[in-house]
Amino acid sequence: MLDEMGPVDAVGVEERVAKYGTRSIKKAAKLFGLKLAVSMVDLTTLEGKDTPGKVAALCVKARTPHEIAGGDPAQIPMVAAVCVYPAMVRHARRALGASSSVKIASVATAFPSGQAPLRTRLAEVRAAVADGADEVDMVINRGAFLAGEFGRVQDEIAAVLEACGPAALKVIFETSELETYDNIRLASFLALRLLRPGDFIKTSTGKTSSNATLGNNQVMIEAIRDHYLQTGVAIGMKPAGGIRTAKQALTFLVAVKETLGDAWLTNRRYRFGASSLLNDLLRQLEKERTGAYQAPYAFSEATESY
Amino acid sequence: MTRLPITKTPKVYVGGAFIRSESGRTFPFKDARGAFVGHIPQCTRKDLRNAVEAAAKAGPGWARRTAYNRGQILYRLAEMIEARTGELAAALTPGQPKGVAAATREIGACVDRMIHYAGWADKYEQLLGSVNPVAAPYFNFTVTEPMGVVGILAPAEAPLLALLSLIAPAIVSGNTVVALASEPNPYPATVLGEVLATSDLPAGVVNLLTGFRKELIPTFATHAHLRALSGVTSAEETKALQIGAADSIKRLHLQPAESPIDWYDPRVQGLYPIRNLVEFKTTWHPVGA
Repeated sequence: MLDEMGPVDAVGVEERVAKYGTRSIKKAAKLFGLKLAVSMVDLTTLEGKDTPGKVAALCVKARTPHEIAGGDPAQIPMVAAVCVYPAMVRHARRALGASSSVKIASVATAFPSGQAPLRTRLAEVRAAVADGADEVDMVINRGAFLAGEFGRVQDEIAAVLEACGPAALKVIFETSELETYDNIRLASFLALRLLRPGDFIKTSTGKTSSNATLGNNQVMIEAIRDHYLQTGVAIGMKPAGGIRTAKQALTFLVAVKETLGDAWLTNRRYRFGASSLLNDLLRQLEKERTGAYQAPYAFSEATESY
Repeated sequence: MTRLPITKTPKVYVGGAFIRSESGRTFPFKDARGAFVGHIPQCTRKDLRNAVEAAAKAGPGWARRTAYNRGQILYRLAEMIEARTGELAAALTPGQPKGVAAATREIGACVDRMIHYAGWADKYEQLLGSVNPVAAPYFNFTVTEPMGVVGILAPAEAPLLALLSLIAPAIVSGNTVVALASEPNPYPATVLGEVLATSDLPAGVVNLLTGFRKELIPTFATHAHLRALSGVTSAEETKALQIGAADSIKRLHLQPAESPIDWYDPRVQGLYPIRNLVEFKTTWHPVGA
């Protein structure tokens, strides 16, 4: 398998992604990109201090990101999904209602470390799906991966996939713990060969020091492209963690467009896992609408006057 | 051996770093005899946006410092200006050795102005805050808070003294500023940045821009993150700023450029310029059984 997928040219990847930030995206293209990015956000809260009330508030924000007095509510799309811990899925389901176009994603499988017995991890996945999760974000067993037990990593993904039932699966690699681009490409193929159309691969948990980077994103979307060209199966991609500004999000979208093409510029195939990105996207959209630079506190719950 | 003269590239001081305009644009600055001095950055609305971000980032930390500490830092800034009197005086009068005496007087006034506001740092609250009599069982008191990011529009004349006279009363209470230097004579402000960098003032508390007022005033007017504007403006500019500021409910303290201001006059300094740029917060605290 290693021979089939080939090595990653690390310097080439770095060179290529360095160019993505130089594209000039203005006016209508920028507006399109910002709205597209809003529709791709997995609005996330993954904290020990999450409460049902906070999740309910998150769901309101997911459905109506920004209300403009007297404005057209369709101007700003809904986000793709809310992303919560399994214990919060039923609260999110209650807040969003039985059928909602905003999906509920839940991290499961002993997120973020994945260091629990497989039995426990599968039970967590089933519980989340039973409570109403539309999508499950699992972490791979990095310990097994780094020990070279690739078969075991694949078996576990297959088991989780079965436990998901109809729910979509996102496989988190935690790229910062895989150390090299070659490892990221290998992990991508391990997952891609199992996944169904509508599933995703995802960079990271957002719980480590280093999160989604353009380089990791590039290696993974190139794996998705190669897999698609070989098999015709289109898998989605979700960078997560560290994407905080609208500018960053647009740069990631440039990478997607130039590597995978327009077919991936939809929230069925590309997502951003983020908590604060949405606020900056809204801020920039409001700047485009009014022509005036906006203060960040108008879009978040931060109370500080600065 | 003869040396080639090494001239300094003027740069603006934003967020604790010396930068050129993001646009890459500059305009030539010439001395009184018409000799070329340097290329001054022609800052754009995006530079202003970046400067406001830097000021907002520095704000909470600066406001949380004790008043006493802010006073110490302003005093230290005065010391830095004093130590660089020669360099700043030369920057005020490039190509006119005869003007150095007047320039030195302006630097002296700058030092005295900073010392003046350094002294106010831990004293203005006693005069602006109050305990208010109310006809109910409440302890009612008023304290001041900094407004946030303040925009400064410096006049053409007194390029250092006027600039510092506008900046000092803003930052003494914990505001952070984005200041646009004198348009006809921006060079001294670029040197002032070097003085600020060597003082103990945290990065981002004072951000200096150079450029054309016509290009930047519309953004100063409408940027919602700027909570107040203080400066000297023409009637036309004032009107544009008033219209732009209305949407974001921004406070304006603008003095007319048409009537000359004597920046050396001690009456331009004092408590009221500080009061102009603070918010008052009144608290009703229940007392009694």
